[in-house]
Amino acid sequence: MTHPTDLTLADAREALKSKKISAVELTRAHVDAIEKARGLNAYVAETPEQALAMAAASDAKLAKGEAGPLEGIPLGIKDLYATRGVHTQACSHILDNFKPDYESTVTSQLWRDGAVMLGKLNMDEFAMGSSNETSYYGPVASPWLPPNWTEDKARAALKGDKRGLLVPGGSSGGSASAVAARLCLGATASDTGGSIRQPAAFTGTVGIKPTYGRCSRWGMVAFASSLDQAGPIARTVRDCAIMLRSMAGHDPKDTTSVDAPVPDYEKAIGASIRGKKIGIPKEYRIDGMPAEIDRLWQQGIAWLKAAGAEIVEISLPHTKTALPAYYIVAPAEASSNLARYDGVRYGLRVPGRDISDMYEQTRAKGFGKEVRRRIMIGTYVLSAGYYDAYYVRAQKIRTLIKRDFENVYAQGVDAILTPATPSAAFGIGEKGSADPVEMYLNDVFTVTVNMAGLPGIAVPAGYTADGLPLGLQLIGRPFEEESLFSIAEVIEQAAGRVTLPKPWWN
Amino acid sequence: MNTHAKPSKLIKGATGDWEIVVGMEIHAQVSSNSKLFSGASTEFGGDPNAHVSLVDAAMPGMLPVINRECVAQAIRTGLGLKAQINTRSVFDRKNYFYPDLPQGYQISQYKSPIVGEGEVIVDVTATEQITVGVERLHLEQDAGKSLHDQSPTESFVDLNRSGVALMEIVSRPDIRSADEARAYVTKLRTILRYLGTCDGDMEKGSLRADVNVSVRRPGEPLGTRCEIKNVNSIRFIGQAVEVEARRQIGILEDGGKINQETRLFDPGKGETRSMRSKEEAHDYRYFPDPDLLPLEFEQSWVDELASHLPELPDAKKARFMKDYGLASYDAGVLVMERASADYYEKVAKGRDAKAAANWVINELFGRLNKEGKSIETSPVSADQLGGIVDLISEGVISGKIAKDLFEIVWSEGGDPRALVEQRGMKQVTDTGAIEAAVDAIIAANPDKVAQAQAKPTMLGWFVGQVMKQTGGKANPQAVNDVLKSKLGI
Repeated sequence: MTHPTDLTLADAREALKSKKISAVELTRAHVDAIEKARGLNAYVAETPEQALAMAAASDAKLAKGEAGPLEGIPLGIKDLYATRGVHTQACSHILDNFKPDYESTVTSQLWRDGAVMLGKLNMDEFAMGSSNETSYYGPVASPWLPPNWTEDKARAALKGDKRGLLVPGGSSGGSASAVAARLCLGATASDTGGSIRQPAAFTGTVGIKPTYGRCSRWGMVAFASSLDQAGPIARTVRDCAIMLRSMAGHDPKDTTSVDAPVPDYEKAIGASIRGKKIGIPKEYRIDGMPAEIDRLWQQGIAWLKAAGAEIVEISLPHTKTALPAYYIVAPAEASSNLARYDGVRYGLRVPGRDISDMYEQTRAKGFGKEVRRRIMIGTYVLSAGYYDAYYVRAQKIRTLIKRDFENVYAQGVDAILTPATPSAAFGIGEKGSADPVEMYLNDVFTVTVNMAGLPGIAVPAGYTADGLPLGLQLIGRPFEEESLFSIAEVIEQAAGRVTLPKPWWN
Repeated sequence: MNTHAKPSKLIKGATGDWEIVVGMEIHAQVSSNSKLFSGASTEFGGDPNAHVSLVDAAMPGMLPVINRECVAQAIRTGLGLKAQINTRSVFDRKNYFYPDLPQGYQISQYKSPIVGEGEVIVDVTATEQITVGVERLHLEQDAGKSLHDQSPTESFVDLNRSGVALMEIVSRPDIRSADEARAYVTKLRTILRYLGTCDGDMEKGSLRADVNVSVRRPGEPLGTRCEIKNVNSIRFIGQAVEVEARRQIGILEDGGKINQETRLFDPGKGETRSMRSKEEAHDYRYFPDPDLLPLEFEQSWVDELASHLPELPDAKKARFMKDYGLASYDAGVLVMERASADYYEKVAKGRDAKAAANWVINELFGRLNKEGKSIETSPVSADQLGGIVDLISEGVISGKIAKDLFEIVWSEGGDPRALVEQRGMKQVTDTGAIEAAVDAIIAANPDKVAQAQAKPTMLGWFVGQVMKQTGGKANPQAVNDVLKSKLGI
């Protein structure tokens, strides 16, 4: 029999319903796997007792036939979701010992539907990063072996500084690594510029960033409020659909959440895509793109065509301005959102001579280098004399990017197919140390989607010559996540299920 | 803006005349049960940090949700200021660090306020009226309070006020004297209280003013202004304007120049002190709050709110003058507080309106002021005062006796008519009784009779004696008539 942790979320759901396994057994299997995989550093807080108690409650519900849609399903939670009484620090030093006495809307909906919490997942500090290397709790290793590495070499590196092991992507690196390493059946993640889709692509998993406003942001530690959106990472398209249904929904506590019914996304799985119009944006064929990425893209086009979709060349002319504009808008909002971490009410406080000194000491020690950099960029672009030149222009660009997509959708395009990332996963310590822009370029295909508030899904579609997973991205119309699930599943079927690495890290 | 300086307003300096120019930013706390963006109570008092929600304390992941009632109050206020209501406005973040500002920013409205231009008509004296332009009104959050006097080494923070809704009402620089400044705030306060949108309680900090003062030679362009922060009484506003204008004139007359800066008024020392210069001013890095969508509502909601507005002081004053024949000044005094106006109208109903106004203004208000009572806690009700006015107009008591009766009702209560009966305060109009008293006095004072016949103004002495003998109850007109005929003058 398949090991319980190797089940898909959908299969585990059936196994629980048919009593082939109990929720406690399923949870116990994950708790054990997590314990053995500590070297990956995917979890920053484990909650085994809580998990087993929740699983026992699920078993009781299952026995009574009162199971919720996620009854007994063990999940990992990204550290930026507020979880009552449990480590919630967005992997920052400045939130030391912060345990909220409230629960985020998204996680409370998961628990309402019967899910079990295994613990809190590592991430880039305040979700600022594309490799999970900015976490105060250290980098996360991908379960994928670096090309030509032996398991022994990788195990040795896990015990050391992890250099050379592969990054899982970021900022939801803990989520992606945990899902790929079978340390949970699915994980919550969040996406401000690509933080769900890029790690999913790097780890051979599926991740969807829904339309802005689809999930409540209440109780999620904010990075950039106008861009942040919750979403799941899981091992199949169907599993993501199941999770998103529980995570989504209107919340009166978040006025940017949208009051629209949540469809049963799972029903979209397997729906025909015949006649769907798929746009291929020429601006995404960037200079220096590896040939294997282009090949993957062409392969994706061929699969969709074969499934009856109509392929059309489209233009999104403002694409190249999206990344620079994003790196103005996001830091601007972040510089203000992170002002509350001042050492006065909670988290870290470094004493000072006076109040200003206390602020300076606390924030200098509490924030990591990348977070400080973005606060400074954000403060700069909002300051008198620079506001019009940077922030206002970036907002104008944002409007133009949105209009690009609207024009294309007005021509009848149902979804847009692009590569998810410009490369496969790179090594820990390999990128961005000299030039942060090198790291920022990871988001080149994903930020446009956040700037326009659209839904986007990353789905595994193939491998590099070295055997590392690669993903394709589908971008949808606002609130048409169902189309994305249907089309992504066609790619998933055509590409064949990813063979995830065996647990060498144990 | 008024560019012609009024000579009566000018200040004499050592080197000639100066004109004061004042503009004000009034922070008025919105009357509402809960805060602008959270459900926490706005109740005054309470233990420190008793009225603080997760949003007010800026816990991680918390989001603001606009309170509809606060928006309605801002719209009502805008309507009361005859101002443009903007059906689309935007909330911005004003960023700065301070321990009593938990978010590290104040949510305010910067470029697109909810209310645009309006005006306030202000009676400065019984005969002088000015119009002060309102530039805008916007909604914003109040900050918490830092407590520096609780410990020798630490400061404490009370967040009860954090997030309470304020309306910032910005005037044009249309004010030309300390008197005008006081009258403007007084009038604005009256309007807010009529509307029920702010209780105007300056002691509790519900109404605070930032006063911008500059001076110039008559006819010249505006001078450099200084902003005096957080002045918290109408009296202090007048003093601050006066003192600051004198300070600036002193500097300019000595050949100096005014630095644009923020100052504090110290009422104890009667001076303003520099708080921070323009160079030290914060860069607030305003930008639209991404947690909040633009505030949009239908004009029909505005119309609906407008249809339920109470009669406002200007309209009420005009009506009092027209319907009750009152003088502008009296009408103005009566409408200062809605409760006073209501009281007056109850007294005036079906009675001599002018007599009613005299009684309310002179006797009642005088007495209330003396005892520091408000109209709401007046020991004499409108019905009781009306009863007294009735007794006078029916000739049952004289005006003098009425004052005694008012005293009794004030201190002991009771129905005025019954009191007059019980205590024998009725006016004597029976000429037989008056004649008897007059006869007795004439008989006893032959010398005075002779004097009076020679000099008729001596009649007053006789009137006094009659009144004394009748315990003040004799009808004065009847006494006069009887005396004149008996003395033959």
